[in-house]
Amino acid sequence: MVRSPGHIIVFLLLAQCVAAKQIIVCPGCPIVSVNEAIKVAQHGDEILIRSGTYEEYGIVIDKQIKISGEKGTVVDGLNKGEIFTVIADHVEISNLTIQNVGTSYTEDRAGIRIRKSRNFKITSNRLINTFFGIYLEHSSYGKVAGNFVEGEAEEEMSSGNAIHAWYCNQIEITDNEVRNHRDGIYFEFVDSSYIKGNLSEENLRYGLHFMFSNDDNYFQNVFRDNGAGVAVMFSKNINMWDNQFIMNWGKSSYGLLLKEIYDAEIVNNRFQENTIGIYVEGSTRINYRNNDFVQNGWAIKISGGCLDNAISQNNFISNTFDLSVRNNKNKNLFDGNYWSSYTGYDLDKDGIGDVAYRPVKLFNYIVDTSPESMVLMRSLFVDLVNFSEKVSPIFTPKNVIDAKPHIRPFKRKAI
Amino acid sequence: MIRILKYSFFDLMRSRWTIVYCAFYGILTLALFGLNSDISKVIITLMNIVLTLVPLIAMIFGVIFYYNSREFVELLLAQPIKRKEIFIGQYLGVAFSLSLSLLIGLGIPFIFYGILSSTEIFNYLTLLLVGVMLSMIFAGIGFLIALKYQNKIKGFGIAIFTWLFMAIIYDGLFLLLLAIYRDYPLEQFSLFAAVLNPIDLSRILILMKLDISALMGYTGAVFQKFLGSQLGMTIAFATLLMWVIIPVSGINYISKRKDF
Repeated sequence: MVRSPGHIIVFLLLAQCVAAKQIIVCPGCPIVSVNEAIKVAQHGDEILIRSGTYEEYGIVIDKQIKISGEKGTVVDGLNKGEIFTVIADHVEISNLTIQNVGTSYTEDRAGIRIRKSRNFKITSNRLINTFFGIYLEHSSYGKVAGNFVEGEAEEEMSSGNAIHAWYCNQIEITDNEVRNHRDGIYFEFVDSSYIKGNLSEENLRYGLHFMFSNDDNYFQNVFRDNGAGVAVMFSKNINMWDNQFIMNWGKSSYGLLLKEIYDAEIVNNRFQENTIGIYVEGSTRINYRNNDFVQNGWAIKISGGCLDNAISQNNFISNTFDLSVRNNKNKNLFDGNYWSSYTGYDLDKDGIGDVAYRPVKLFNYIVDTSPESMVLMRSLFVDLVNFSEKVSPIFTPKNVIDAKPHIRPFKRKAI
Repeated sequence: MIRILKYSFFDLMRSRWTIVYCAFYGILTLALFGLNSDISKVIITLMNIVLTLVPLIAMIFGVIFYYNSREFVELLLAQPIKRKEIFIGQYLGVAFSLSLSLLIGLGIPFIFYGILSSTEIFNYLTLLLVGVMLSMIFAGIGFLIALKYQNKIKGFGIAIFTWLFMAIIYDGLFLLLLAIYRDYPLEQFSLFAAVLNPIDLSRILILMKLDISALMGYTGAVFQKFLGSQLGMTIAFATLLMWVIIPVSGINYISKRKDF
């Protein structure tokens, strides 16, 4: 069938009346800037930004629109100010490269800010050198997926977070890659949200940071080479599973820092080569199950005020210290873990060691009381002291004991 | 002196004990690689062994060698050779043969497992250097002790006690002091005390290279700052060198005055 050009034009005009119209922005088009496009756009319109560099900032999106870019579409803020500020619901931003917001000490500038909006979607963008990458405030039911956020943070004072959420709920943050910011992902007063499949690395402070956030889950993420992997503070009901905490190595650096949290599940995670695998302070009713602690300085360090924590079926492999416990009055349960430094035997061949294992060595105790003695690590004297303490425990806490240590490591599925 | 050095060196290299010593390190290293192919883990394990065994064996070797070659020494003394040359030559022969055994024993398996193309090469070189320095130091101390005491039992006793002191008791006293004065800032003190004992100094040199300093918190930072600097490294190796020079000049001093 052959149609005349006239038919097509009529058809297109009709289509525009009925459905949302598409507004195209390109350097040679009638509309050359994103700001203009938003001015002329109606609710429900789509804006397609063709490839090219657009030097714009202070773009306020106050309509329900979708903005997307082509390959090579760059919006450059020239270090002068915030680039996108979304104050409408149902806004989608995708496939854009957003760069150079500029550092400010008086305002928290962001590459994309979502303010008091619902149902937003931010997908597949690249945010380069944005002070704060994606800043969500008082928003809910949103998705941040597949973005790449890279900062140029040099010190904590003058840097922002890659993905920052404040007073939000029902947020999904998935498959993003964030690096070189202060915190990779930051949650403050964020409830009922989840964080999945992200890679957070080389951030100055934390890979992921929870403050006063409840009922959140994070899983299948990788936290590598951050100041500290993840910090969970003053929060309730946070579940953590299938995450990897790798090479968070340095002075007072942690894989996972737990401070004042209640009712958490820490399952199937891998902690490898961290100075301290998990540092726990004032946290209660936490289950540590099926985790692997490999080659950490300390696998777990439990400070004061930790009650009713259960640590079971974990693998503790080649850690310098398996466990350090400040206060032996705490009731924490160690049950059925595998400890690579366990030297007991299993006569009845049921896979469980016949002699209980004491994860706290005398040298741990000495190091806790006078940190300078760490200088003697790996010396013959320390080995002797540890051995004699093992034979007849006097100083090490009596109730920190694994009565059923496993003889063989637990097998894990590859994450 | 060179001739005496050569003589005692080749004499020792042919001896069964040197070969056993060399083979011990070779087999040990191969066994460790068999259990774990991670080079840095092998280096850590070897470090523990080298720091404990090298001083003990070097010292005992020095003592035994002197007592065994006593008659030969008396023969040499009758010749127109300077005493200094005889004893220093013999000491160097022992020290070099021990060092060489160590280098071969540790070297071949590592080359076999590809140390040359590994990033751990500097840690490995530190291990070797430390092993050689410890051999030199403790062979010297052993030689000195044997020279000083005619009585073999007494000589062995003192040698073993010296090793025990350096390897274990020193650290015990060190720890005791750290525990007693733990309310005071002790970083400078621990730095000083660690540098003073060649075994501790060697251990820390290797630990620092293996990036365990992060574990040590503030103390580690102090050590890293000190040993990471050009000056600190120079001081550390100067101290090790001093530990070689002291026994050697002791050998020289005693041998001059001794009435054989």
